[in-house]
Amino acid sequence: MQHAHPAAHAPEHETTTGLDHRKLLMWAFLGSDCLLFGALISTYMIYRGRSLAGPFPNGPEGVFDIPFTSVSAFVLLMSSLTMVLALAASQRGHIRGMRVWLIATALLGTVFLGGQFFEFTAFVAEGLTPATNVFGTSFFTLTGFHGAHVTLGVIILLSLVVVSLRGGLPKEESLTVEIAGLYWHFVDIVWIVIFTLVYLIPAPLPPHAG
Amino acid sequence: MAVPAEHHRAHPGPGEYIKIAVILAVITLVEVAVYYVPSLSGALTPILMVLSTIKFSMVVLWFMHLKFDSVLFSYLFVGGLGIAGAVLIALLFLFGASHTIVPGAA
Repeated sequence: MQHAHPAAHAPEHETTTGLDHRKLLMWAFLGSDCLLFGALISTYMIYRGRSLAGPFPNGPEGVFDIPFTSVSAFVLLMSSLTMVLALAASQRGHIRGMRVWLIATALLGTVFLGGQFFEFTAFVAEGLTPATNVFGTSFFTLTGFHGAHVTLGVIILLSLVVVSLRGGLPKEESLTVEIAGLYWHFVDIVWIVIFTLVYLIPAPLPPHAG
Repeated sequence: MAVPAEHHRAHPGPGEYIKIAVILAVITLVEVAVYYVPSLSGALTPILMVLSTIKFSMVVLWFMHLKFDSVLFSYLFVGGLGIAGAVLIALLFLFGASHTIVPGAA
């Protein structure tokens, strides 16, 4: 069953590109945010196998809990579905449905953040802090920045719900939901990369490590 | 100077979004399964890179609508992504030698 929607959102004001400036700005921001995460991921990849003392990412002294992180990755992935369903509802004028899907997305994001908090506390309990070794420093910096992005995303989503409850965000303003969705999906694709490069691809162990 | 107005196709509906999500979930399952198969450990990195790239592309193309929206959005995003990828590759070549610095070693 296919319910196609006109994707065209005619800007409320005339623009030189014919595109809405807010959406253009969001894409420009996301392009620049790629550079931030590119730098953080590069740093992690360089340092992850160079710690002089454990704990290490994997191996005998490994701290990663792949089944747990897989569930977290799945939760964030499914939040992208609920986000896009919120947009579809908004474009159809189903305001109640939009609110439900926005709240569902915020809840899934919060579950992901809870999982990250649990993971961080487990790592600290195992002796891995940002000051323990270069793996810890680069890992906590990378995943911490991502967590901060998710936190901001949850705040944005809940703000949209509040605006909607106050009578804002009618069908004609679905572009606002779409722009928030772009940010949320970006957070998801960054985690797709982190999940693979940081968690699933094993880090080289230092020669002296068990 | 006149610039062509936004040209894009219709966004998909909920049914297509759900199909995409199911495919993404299956790929994630395959990723985790591959991680636990010892016989695939030699090819783990390329397999995971391919699967991750597919997931990344599907979210960007369908959920973020780059497949349907103005090509200018693609330029903005792919430009940043390309530079980030180039920085990553360059830094890995510069600093990626598989050695550990041991204090006191010559």
